[in-house]
Amino acid sequence: MTNISISPDEITRGQPYPGAPDNWKRFFTFSTDHKVIGIQYIVTAFFFFLVGGAMAMVIRSELLTPEADLVDRTVYNALFTLHGSLMIFFWTFPVLVGLANYLVPLMIGARDMAFPRLNAISFWMIPVAATLMLASFLVPGGPAQSGWWSYPPQSIQNPTGNIINGQVLWILSVAINGVSSIMGGVNFVTTIFRMRAPGMTWFRMPAFCWAVLAAQLIQLYGLPALTGGAIMLLLDITIGTSFFRPENGGNPVVYQHFFWFYSHPAVYVMVLPVFGMFSEVLPVHARKPLFGYRVIAVSSVVITVISGCVWVHHMFASATPPWMRMFFMVTTMLVAVPSGIKVFGWVATIWGGKIRFTTPMLFALGGISNWVFAGITGIFLGSVPIDLHVHNTYFVVGHFHYVLYGTIVMGIYAGIYHWFPKMTGRMYYEGLGKLHFALTYIGVQAIFLPMHPLGLQGMPRRVASYDPEFIYWNVIASLGGFLLGVSVLPFILNIVSSWIRGPKAGNNPWRAYGLEWLTTSPPPVENFEEIPVVVSGPYGYGKNQPLVANQARLGTIEEPATS
Amino acid sequence: MKLRAVITISIYAVVVVFISFWMAKQAYSWLPPEASAESKLIDDLFSLFTGLGTAIYLGVMGPFLYSLVFHRAGKYDMEDGPHIEGNNFLEITWTATPLLIVLMLSAISYRTYEKMAIGGPMELVHHHVPQIIEPAYAEPFDSTPQQKIQEAVETEPTENIVVTARQWSWTFYYPDRDVSSTELHLPVDRRAKFTLRSEDVIHAFYIPAFRVGQYVVPNQEIEYELTPVKTGRYRLRDSMHSGTYFATNQSDVVVQPLEEYEQWLADASSRTPTPAFNQAIYEYSQASNPGAGSTKDKVAIRGWATIPPAPAPVVNFSTQQPPDSPASGGNAAEGQKIQKAPRQVPDRSTPDYSKLQ
Repeated sequence: MTNISISPDEITRGQPYPGAPDNWKRFFTFSTDHKVIGIQYIVTAFFFFLVGGAMAMVIRSELLTPEADLVDRTVYNALFTLHGSLMIFFWTFPVLVGLANYLVPLMIGARDMAFPRLNAISFWMIPVAATLMLASFLVPGGPAQSGWWSYPPQSIQNPTGNIINGQVLWILSVAINGVSSIMGGVNFVTTIFRMRAPGMTWFRMPAFCWAVLAAQLIQLYGLPALTGGAIMLLLDITIGTSFFRPENGGNPVVYQHFFWFYSHPAVYVMVLPVFGMFSEVLPVHARKPLFGYRVIAVSSVVITVISGCVWVHHMFASATPPWMRMFFMVTTMLVAVPSGIKVFGWVATIWGGKIRFTTPMLFALGGISNWVFAGITGIFLGSVPIDLHVHNTYFVVGHFHYVLYGTIVMGIYAGIYHWFPKMTGRMYYEGLGKLHFALTYIGVQAIFLPMHPLGLQGMPRRVASYDPEFIYWNVIASLGGFLLGVSVLPFILNIVSSWIRGPKAGNNPWRAYGLEWLTTSPPPVENFEEIPVVVSGPYGYGKNQPLVANQARLGTIEEPATS
Repeated sequence: MKLRAVITISIYAVVVVFISFWMAKQAYSWLPPEASAESKLIDDLFSLFTGLGTAIYLGVMGPFLYSLVFHRAGKYDMEDGPHIEGNNFLEITWTATPLLIVLMLSAISYRTYEKMAIGGPMELVHHHVPQIIEPAYAEPFDSTPQQKIQEAVETEPTENIVVTARQWSWTFYYPDRDVSSTELHLPVDRRAKFTLRSEDVIHAFYIPAFRVGQYVVPNQEIEYELTPVKTGRYRLRDSMHSGTYFATNQSDVVVQPLEEYEQWLADASSRTPTPAFNQAIYEYSQASNPGAGSTKDKVAIRGWATIPPAPAPVVNFSTQQPPDSPASGGNAAEGQKIQKAPRQVPDRSTPDYSKLQ
């Protein structure tokens, strides 16, 4: 990479570009600074997390009793449809893209993403798409009610007869989100391939960047399938084509193939960056290098490859032939190998370390423990005979919420707390952070663990009412859900108050290794006064050696500790 | 120190094995009654997975928690830990071991699936190339459930049953006797063959006590078979979300001795087909007719547009009754009698449900 230097007086610290507002208003501008866009993504996503979470509260309230007595069944169906859609498309994806946006250029020693304007456009499509999805509450007939899978022919049914209906808005919203994600994928892959600092070889790149690269490659190969399926579904609904219409010879199972070809790997799009964050947080707070770094880095790419060949495990109970069931059973279970490598590496990283139970460390440790549990139940689901029993039951709901909330959301919290001082220049309040962790961890177990016995007993997912024999575990799950809802409050309080008046954090409060800690907090407009020249690997804990050759000229005010 | 570590690890390993074995035994009690031969096979597999899963979980979490307890930094300890980047032997071991475990679990799962011989979307195989399925039956059977399945397979099934799913009702048609019902009756210890059909959207034919779920896809006839082995009343649930009243799309399954089953068929065939009560239609009519006791008054938030439920199935036999209303109609007496029979609800304290019959 070209070594570009800019004079110190050109740098406007904390501003997206010279002349831009140097306060909170900058987050409402069409900024092309990856750091502003990153925070825009994170805050926007968090808003939709709260909206989706409020829907979950209503769902769990409905399930407190066996009867459908709180909301009408159509409302219930719309709520779980939009809960899932919002949480996946407008919380988990965007918040992770936001974190990656903020961190990847800093971590690889770049001044920005490869395509800054494309980056901004990618972001601004998110609020537009999400607003479109929520606007479906206002159209006659209400929002989509066919679940976030939107399987035809149910999703083709249009009781109102209107062309503009909730399901159509849902598809448009998902399509816009998909376009945004493809743009993001192109941007991340190009950035990581082409904009690494001098000396940053592949195996000097942080595990988080490996994970983001692996995840974004999935976006590039997977999203076209989903988009194709969505367009065909849109045509079936609007102009009456028959791709999936059985009465005219269409095959609805084909939609399932389109949908899951992307939507299972999408889980790895979400979980891989979280694995990357675990790999960054653990070494810092255990003061040890990431154990087996190279294998952990490569295992991300192995997951990318294998995950392209697992989608039929969502269709074992569908009209799939036995050979397909058997083949995809083996490939599904194989994902456990690279996932297991990571877990063993993390355990070995903390083994013999000097562990500090900071809030990000607690969230990372909690997330890993949940992932071990979720991974094991995932193996259960990969086995065809067991899946034929628990498919579409609460066992599956419990499993994937252990992945999505127990692992991914807790990993996101770990990441936010860990890099909060870098993003804002201020430190969060440790006490509130630990309270947040305790409520979250207990809440996760209380809501999602009971779903496993419910599923094993045969309670289907997505029901608004259920047989009385299921009431016991449902009440516990609902109470756990409410606790999980409450757990968000200390987080909001902590982040808002710390951002406004938290104690100054300094440039490297964790004494962490990594390029992002070599610049100021928050970083200046183009990240570094001089592009760093990397001379060693990313996890030099316990080995007193410099990470870059030109540390004194990177723009830091204080000298970061490297050991 | 090394000896101490070896002893500690050995003791922990013994504890893990003990707990895993205990969990594997417990796993049976987490599941519904074993009402089909296939369910026994699946439960054995589930128990194996539970035992192994527990061992893996504890195997990982043990060292993990040990680190958290014993490898904390002191309050004023600002030093780094040892600079250990990796260990080839460990990394190869923990790559190869999970690989072997998942390949083994895949092989065992495959064998279980083969023994079940449930068919699924096998209509082409059944109708045109039946020899393909033969190897599954030709496997040497080594325990009771397989034996039961084989005996049932060799016995000509009493009936082929056509199962029709709609938004939102199930209809079971016995073509040889021209009997239709909204309740599924099956003879015990006979291979039951189903032809699964959907008239509108995708549904799923799921009887938890039988352990097997299968999507019912419109425009496809899916042949499916299984072997009920325990008499009693169970629940059939639509497990694929099928629209507004999806949760009501449930039905009872009665497994009974062959004589009782034959008697039931004979009784049912003498009845005149009448429209059966349907929960979805009932709720739909209530929602669209506001008044005292209607659905509208019972829910806090009113709903949106819905596909109207399909017409009530016209059947010889039905036991379903409107809520809060006295039994009425031609099937009332029989319906009351059967409805009072306790449904088998699993007792969490014991895996033996035979006493509940």
